[in-house]
Amino acid sequence: MSTYNFDYLDELEAEAIHILREVAGQFEKPALLFSGGKDSITLVRLAEKAFRPGKFPFPLVHIDTGHNFEETITYRDQMVERIGEKLIIGSVQESIDQGKVVEQTGKNASRNALQTVTLLDTIAKYQFDACIGGARRDEEKARAKERIFSVRDEFGQWDPKRQRPELWNIYNGKIHKGENIRVFPISNWTELDVWNYIRREKIDLPSIYFSHERDCITRNGQLMAASPFLNMDGEDVVERKQVRFRTVGDMSCTAAVESDATLIDDIIAEISASKISERGARMDDKVSEAAMEDRKKGGYF
Amino acid sequence: MNILKFFTAGSVDDGKSTLIGRLLYDTDSILADQLEALQSSNRKNDDGTIDLAILTDGLRAEREQGITIDVAYKYFQTEKRKFIIADTPGHIQYTRNMVTGASTANLAIILIDARNGVVEQTIRHSYIVSLLGIKHVVVCINKMDMVDYSETVYSAIIEKYKVLAQQLKLADVTYIPVSALKGDNIVQNSGNMDWYEGESLLHFLEKVDTDNLDKSQLARMPVQWVIRPQTEELHDYRGYAGRVLSGTFNLNDKVTVLPSGASSTVEKIEFFDQTPDAAHAGQSVIIHLKDDVDISRGDTIVNASALPQESKLIEADLCWMDGRALDTSIMYNIQHNSKITRCKISEILHKVDINTLEKHAADEFKLNDIGRVIIKTADALAFDLYDDNRANGSAILVDTRTNLTVGALMFRAAVE
Repeated sequence: MSTYNFDYLDELEAEAIHILREVAGQFEKPALLFSGGKDSITLVRLAEKAFRPGKFPFPLVHIDTGHNFEETITYRDQMVERIGEKLIIGSVQESIDQGKVVEQTGKNASRNALQTVTLLDTIAKYQFDACIGGARRDEEKARAKERIFSVRDEFGQWDPKRQRPELWNIYNGKIHKGENIRVFPISNWTELDVWNYIRREKIDLPSIYFSHERDCITRNGQLMAASPFLNMDGEDVVERKQVRFRTVGDMSCTAAVESDATLIDDIIAEISASKISERGARMDDKVSEAAMEDRKKGGYF
Repeated sequence: MNILKFFTAGSVDDGKSTLIGRLLYDTDSILADQLEALQSSNRKNDDGTIDLAILTDGLRAEREQGITIDVAYKYFQTEKRKFIIADTPGHIQYTRNMVTGASTANLAIILIDARNGVVEQTIRHSYIVSLLGIKHVVVCINKMDMVDYSETVYSAIIEKYKVLAQQLKLADVTYIPVSALKGDNIVQNSGNMDWYEGESLLHFLEKVDTDNLDKSQLARMPVQWVIRPQTEELHDYRGYAGRVLSGTFNLNDKVTVLPSGASSTVEKIEFFDQTPDAAHAGQSVIIHLKDDVDISRGDTIVNASALPQESKLIEADLCWMDGRALDTSIMYNIQHNSKITRCKISEILHKVDINTLEKHAADEFKLNDIGRVIIKTADALAFDLYDDNRANGSAILVDTRTNLTVGALMFRAAVE
């Protein structure tokens, strides 16, 4: 008789695998949106658990702002090599070159908002009908209301007032032509759950998640990595700091936190004691109380 | 550590959002930047303290109107347990959202305003709890501070509720007098109600059993995906991927595949790099069978000695969730686990007035209506009754014109 020890990580994992397999079963052309961040890296491990020894029934899609941390790209390429799955890259630079979007100017310029256009173009080009993402409901209050299968209209828009009821573990993936569904298998995970899972599964992460020395400047009370992608001027003072990143996005909108955490155990201890939410380190959420709701309505991840 | 999923039923004024805010606040689950946003908000209580209800308003329209429109999910944990709260609106026009939030919960918190006692909405919320088969119910008599923490008031309310609980066959009900606003009996036991000898709400939530997965012997696994690598070294590999809904599959168990009725034996169970001897309720696994049988997505593998019901005519409770009323002349899709087939509602047996629990004959079904119907499916479904097996006894209706989810179904009987 085998023992049956099913703890919360097992339950969250089993739910996510179930959702990934529903995507495989219900859609013609799904894709997994891969950012190089810990949440999408977790999704890749969950996809391995859902489909191995078979191939993934979807490619990975990276929306590349061109303002990446070098460590993320190195990690991405090595990972794709290891798992032997297909990677599609949607380039924000290309969208800029084609005149589809205009680069922001000014001190707080970022390519974060431009990604949405590249994402929607990539979805249209490959006719993806489902895009799997690593968003979690604990991240932000608009996300707390979003379904696991979340419909986008043909303009990529999320309409929070017209969400389908989502009952039990039954996911309705039926859509009209031109629409697509965003699927969030780790909706019910918290930041700490993701880290505990990464520790348990011994998942390798990009080095920027761990403490390292880096040149930083302070902007709006946040520590930003000094880089050619940041519009710096004489007022900005570059300081060498011991930092790590809690979320990984575009270099121009992801803030670092001062930290000596070099091991996953240190990070888990740090987060458990932390009094600032993960998205507190995202400049893009500071615009207004409904910043995320508005971006999601516009087609954001 | 395990997870307790609970949902809260309450209306605009009975302090539901304050209760959730209080649980999050008093368990230190609100982080500094969220607290800062809270303190800078214009909405304050009358005495100037922060309005905890704001924590659960997610959408702009909700903040503007000061009400909950949609289900919001909130997460917190203590040293003992992780909690997922489905925060649902309580007003009758959002009944479908409440049904949605209740569908995944294994505990319900029902709020009663101590000043008003058992009212129409208490009946409505309790009915939904019984309809959705939620195992545990906690009735919080809230706003005890407004009735001088009176035991007499509290006792009179619970006596009245016990009658309702009996009528609805709610088996496990716990009563706690609280003040969400002041924090009495939410996390800490209150010094204002020495006459109450029970636990605080949080202590109760930490201890209640979370048997959220059906561990009955009804071993069921709907096949979601067939894994066939078709590579040279895995040429004959054929694994059936799915999540075990209920019960346990052991190696060498005799199984039946439905709807074909084919028999076989469990040859191997895989979970990534492991090959366990058993697959239990809740686990997502790959099952291999000894015989080469034809199986595809939508089929269900079940224990051969405990077969589910199979029928094309099923009596079910229906909650209608769409603005466009039920049309008995058209076909809908029914989605039951990984199986999708066409169906019609062939008969409306009755509708329930969920404020009074009275049953009425009806010929129409509109948004938020709940009642009993007979459903006729194109392919037979292999199902269990909802009360025996929630996961295999539920389904949704999808309108093929709009692709919207328009109905929630709970199977009550196979029609002979």
